[in-house]
Amino acid sequence: MQDTRLTPLLSIAGLVALWIVAASLTADPQVLPQPWDLIPRFKQELVSGELPRSLGVTLVRVIWAFALAMTLGTIIGLSMGRSDALNRWLDPWLVIFLNLPALVLIVLCYLWIGLTEAAAITAVTLNKIPNVATILREGGRALSPDLDAMAQVYQLPRQTRLRHVILPQLTPFIAAAARSGLSLIWKVVLVVEFLGRSSGVGFQIHLYFQLFDVAMVLVYAFSFIAVMLIVEWLVLQPWERKARRWRAV
Amino acid sequence: MIRIDIRQKRFGNDVVLGPVSFDIAAGETIALTGPSGIGKTTLLRLVAGIDPDFDGQIVRPDRLAIVFQEPTLLPWRSASDNLILVHPSLSRADVEAALTDVGLDGKGNLFPGQLSLGQQRRLSLARAFAGQPEFLIMDEPFVSLDAETAETMLTLTEDLIAQHGPATLFVTHSQSEAQRLSNRILNLISGRDGAVLG
Repeated sequence: MQDTRLTPLLSIAGLVALWIVAASLTADPQVLPQPWDLIPRFKQELVSGELPRSLGVTLVRVIWAFALAMTLGTIIGLSMGRSDALNRWLDPWLVIFLNLPALVLIVLCYLWIGLTEAAAITAVTLNKIPNVATILREGGRALSPDLDAMAQVYQLPRQTRLRHVILPQLTPFIAAAARSGLSLIWKVVLVVEFLGRSSGVGFQIHLYFQLFDVAMVLVYAFSFIAVMLIVEWLVLQPWERKARRWRAV
Repeated sequence: MIRIDIRQKRFGNDVVLGPVSFDIAAGETIALTGPSGIGKTTLLRLVAGIDPDFDGQIVRPDRLAIVFQEPTLLPWRSASDNLILVHPSLSRADVEAALTDVGLDGKGNLFPGQLSLGQQRRLSLARAFAGQPEFLIMDEPFVSLDAETAETMLTLTEDLIAQHGPATLFVTHSQSEAQRLSNRILNLISGRDGAVLG
């Protein structure tokens, strides 16, 4: 019987094989270089320090936008999930913001705030908040009324209630929002950098797009995908495992 | 003295409880009986302060404990933590003693999911009594247990009430439970405008 753990590796190998075939068929490194052609370019950017610097700048923007969007989205979503009246008021806003194209928000933020770091992070945060709020609203609706009643009768302090009663119930929803949030945020951050910043991975992709250097575009894109995978493996997954360890018993 | 004086409780236009008034003396145990759906649990929720939306007045002490139909524990916290989080003044020794009192000695590190339903009910009782309550409210605490476990739990509850002496109000469908645990039985019946005491 086939070892299912090998499936993801085989799948990625298949993708690389497809890439190799496509690169061979195009036979033009300007359009699609072979995977191994990226290695010297990657080393060159690494040694020059440009790649780590750009990755660092983009990562800081991702962290800021992620933290703000998760915090504000959780507060808004939870409040909407707990209050029908608030939900009735805010639901139309949520629908509008969910359907507002990311590009429109980015352009508006740059126009209103200027081509600044604050505008960039605001644009990314505003793009993500509706998504987090929608997921956390369901979390708020799913909170156990019995545990609520227990906390009320035993007069648990607000902080204890939040930390030990409410947040553990929201963990699956926060984890879902965080996972989808991270993948959305870093993509939007690249667009924001592409359009209006002079640093970061998005800026570098913009630069090499103008030079029609596909290899360097791929070097920066794959490097940042690797960074986000590392964040997923080293931060998100261990946190999720820890938060869900009681379910495993 | 605990004083319950409810003039009316309604959900929308539906009057669920009519005038219901009674007192509970310190150390007294009252059983509340009545047919299903009459409003016993609603009455308990008012008495416990969970639902403040009613017409009337309830005087109750601050040190209150409740045992729900379901154990209503924090499944993501250990048995010990379920007591400590609710009663932060308890020492580790107090917690161990409270667990021992209900027959859960040595199980403090287990999560509720690792305990049987009977053990979870015991933990719920331990949580209620660990705070030395002046007033204990129980909503069908022995429901959905097999006869043997229900009998064990009944005896345990009887002992704990005798040991700690809180005023107790509990809902039950079982006349034998009511007669065994309580000093007085109140029966909720349908009235013209919501349920009243019979």
